[in-house]
Order: sequence, then structure tokens, then C-alpha cells
Amino acid sequence: MTWDEMAPLLWESTWQTALMVGWSTLFTVLFGLPIGVALVVFDQGGLRPLPVLKSVLGVVVNIGRSLPFIVLMIAIIPFTRLVVGTTIGTAAVVVPLTVGAVPFFARLVEAALREVGADVVQAAQAMGAGRTAIVRKVLLPEAMPGLVAGLTVTVVALIGYSAMAGTVGGGGLGDLAVRYGYQRFETLLMIVTVVLLVVIVQLIQSLGDAVARRLSHK
Amino acid sequence: MIQASGLRKSYGETVALDGVDLHVREGEIYGVLGRSGAGKSTLLRCVNLLERPDQGTVSVAGQDLTALRSGELNLARQRIGMIHQHFALLSSRTVAANVAFPLEIMGVARAERERRVAELLDLVGLGGRGGDRPHQLSGGQKQRVGIARALAGNPAVLLSDEATSALDPATTQSILDLLKRLNAELGLTILLITHEMHVVKSVCDSVAIMAGGRVEESGSIAGLIRTPGSRLTREIFPLPEPAPAGSVTLTFTGEPQRPVVSDLVRKFDVEVSILGGSIEDLAGEAVGRLRVALTGETAPALAYLRERGLLVEVAA
Repeated sequence: MTWDEMAPLLWESTWQTALMVGWSTLFTVLFGLPIGVALVVFDQGGLRPLPVLKSVLGVVVNIGRSLPFIVLMIAIIPFTRLVVGTTIGTAAVVVPLTVGAVPFFARLVEAALREVGADVVQAAQAMGAGRTAIVRKVLLPEAMPGLVAGLTVTVVALIGYSAMAGTVGGGGLGDLAVRYGYQRFETLLMIVTVVLLVVIVQLIQSLGDAVARRLSHK
Repeated sequence: MIQASGLRKSYGETVALDGVDLHVREGEIYGVLGRSGAGKSTLLRCVNLLERPDQGTVSVAGQDLTALRSGELNLARQRIGMIHQHFALLSSRTVAANVAFPLEIMGVARAERERRVAELLDLVGLGGRGGDRPHQLSGGQKQRVGIARALAGNPAVLLSDEATSALDPATTQSILDLLKRLNAELGLTILLITHEMHVVKSVCDSVAIMAGGRVEESGSIAGLIRTPGSRLTREIFPLPEPAPAGSVTLTFTGEPQRPVVSDLVRKFDVEVSILGGSIEDLAGEAVGRLRVALTGETAPALAYLRERGLLVEVAA
């Protein structure tokens, strides 16, 4: 396979990966952040202790985390059809990617929020701040470096999950490596894809680290 | 200004407060002194209901806080400032934004917030440092930010939770001086807890000594000094305890330089040997405590001393 033949394939697959990861990252933050906040706020000794609700939430999150992504993707096919109307293609992959990443990210959000000192939260309570203000003005801003670090890890994990998207016709770099590199013995393409994935992950990690460092004022 | 009565609080088996009453008058600096575990921190946190007492009531500026619902309690808390041992500043915010935080909570408009923040930073001697981050400041400066933040809502009362315990002696003194100045200039009532006698000696008007979840002794410092057997006096003045049998301990306030001993020797047929003594500045007043052994015509000598207004304690 010549470079000219590979270039459009690589370009298209990279774009598909970017789409899948981009959209699922967006939805993961949208759902995962509130769940992570809920895990902290509803905890015993949290701002609004509701231990039963928190336990139920914890169990649901753990179930989501215990399924291998490829199993999850197939298991939730009916749900995917319900949401996007189809079970194949790039859009259809965003649903299992999001479902898979939300519990993962929620736990990272929970861990980041727990790092915020109890003394700062109490100081805010002593100033008469309500629960919403404490979450918005204290917990989230103070945990921001940790949240960014968690998001970076999540995006990298999503790139990994997205490699399995080929199973349901989602395309992407992983699918390209399997179909051409493995099944058609195009070793060069395989190598180029691997290098490309390594570079992308490196870039994302470095970017995430840089942002987290800039936000940290410790 | 602060009235707490019958406070009880326990955590499981541990009793943190075992029936505590507290009465802090308007405009005074009131110290709660005790070792760690004495219950003083719990007491302070009960005053703004960060801890809800199991029993008892707390009222601040005439408002019974224990009767309020959470929204009303938050409003009341905006009028009670608090400073903390480890400052509890938000690292994600600048110094100015930290001071602005309580104003945001109160819904003060931006322009007014900025004006007030500048004024507060000037008040605590940090004018021009508003753009810095807390981690760029020294411990003493961080506590000054804490104080500016605590004063943002024009509180009637300031609660200080071991505010100088994490600071070195010189910085401690500068923070205490600042608290004293704010007390004098703004008429701010201050309730502070500490394990350092030095803090009580240098700023407090009144004190409560706590141990095992109870107040062992409380009252104005001037009054306690004049009370025979006072624990405060014994702790402030480093004389050996118990006093040797027959020895006389004299406590005198106001004019410690009065020639008491030479008067005694001149007027009565007594021998005086000094066993120990020292002079301390307490609540702006010089107080001396002297232990002597008297021999000879002691009864009229002691009567004379009492007549001169000295507190005379004869060890049995």
C-alpha cells in the first residue's frame, strides 16, 4: 500500500475517532460531573447526607464500571437504538462510549472533590453559603486541577474504547488497524496507525497536564 | 452578645460538651482556654451551629440560632465572622476574590464588592496585594486575608478558632494586635479559643477555662485575678504549687511598683523572705504576684496588706 493510498484512509479514520471521542467526552462530562458531585454531596458527612441514595448510585456506577466495554456495547444495543435510532455507524458508538465512560469519570470527579479540604467547605458554611453555592463556588473551582486531570484520563480511555467501535461499524483508527493492518497484513499501515495513536494520546495527556498545572495554585 | 446555655454535645461515647454556659458581652474579647480535647473547639463551632448541640440554646446578637431553619441560619451566619487555624482560604481564588466570597454569597453587586474588598484589605494592612494568590503569602498575611474575609459582612461577632496556633511568636503578636485594634476601632466582639495562655494574657478581657467538656472557671480577667484560689492566676504566675505551709501569696493590681515589702518591714516587727514572684501585663493592667514567708508579728501585717487592697492567701 502506498502512502497516497493510506493518507485518505488515515485521515478519515482519525476524523471518525475525533468525532466519537469528542461527542462522547461532551456527554460524559454532562452526565458524569453531576453524578460525581452527587456521590460526594449525598455521602454520610456530605453537604446533604442521603446515604441510601448514595449507596444506590454507587452500586449503579460500579455495575457500569465492571462491564468490559465490548460487552457493554453489545448489551446496550436496544438502548442505543432507542436513543439514536440505529445501532451501527459513528453516532451509534457515542452512546455506548458515553455509557461506558460516565461511571469511570464520575468516580474520578468524586475523588477530585474529596481532595478539597473540609476546612474550606466549613469556612464557606460559616459564611452562610448554601449548598448550591458551596458546590459551585468552592468544591468545583477548588477541585478544578483534579477534574481536568480526571477528564484527561477519561479522554485517553475513550480513545481506547473507541478502537472497538469497528464491531458496530463505527470506524476510527482502531477499526482501520484491525481491518487493514491485521486482516490484510498491511504492516506499514498498522505501524503508522499505532504511531498516530501514541502521538494523539501523548498530545492529549500533555495538554491536560499543562491545563491542570495552570489551574493549580498550591 | 453571645449567650449559650446548657450546651451538651457528644460524639458516640465521647462527651465533648458537658453542660456549658457562655456569656460574652458586647465589645469584649473573650478567650476560651483549654488543652486539646477540652471541648473548646466544639464550643466555638456550636456558636455558629457548624455543630448542632444535642441540648442547649445559642443566641447571638439577641437571635436564638438554635430555633432557625437552614435558610434563616445562613442569613444569621453572614453576620458572624469566623477565622480558622489553617486560614481556610480558597486556593483557586485571588486574595481579593477570597475577601469578596462572602459578599458574593450575600448578593452584593460587583462595584460595591470591589469597593468593599479594597477597603477591607487596607484595614488589615494588605492594600495592593489583592491580585496575589494565597500561596504567595506568608502565614501571617494569609490570616490577615482570613480576617478581612471574616469582616466582609460587617459582623457583630468574630469567632476565632485557634487563629494564631499555626503562626510563629512574632506573627502571632501582630495578628493579636490587629484583633485588638479591630475590637477597639469597630467595637467588634471577639470570641476566641486558644491553648496558649499568652493569647489570653495579651488580648482578652474575659476568659473561660475549659477541661473535660466543662467550664472550670470563667469571668473577667481583672475579677478572676482578685478571686482567691483562682486557677487563672495560678496558671499565669509560675509559682511552685502547692504553696509551702505557712507561706503568704500576695496578688496586687494597679501599681506593682508600690514598696509593699519595705512598708511591711518598716511598720511591723516582721521578717520577710521572698520565695518567688513576677509581674505580668493582664488586660492592660500590671498585676504582680509575690510569695513570701513571714515571721514575727504576722497578724497585723496581713491585716494591713488586706487593707491596702492586696489579695492575701495564706497557705495552710
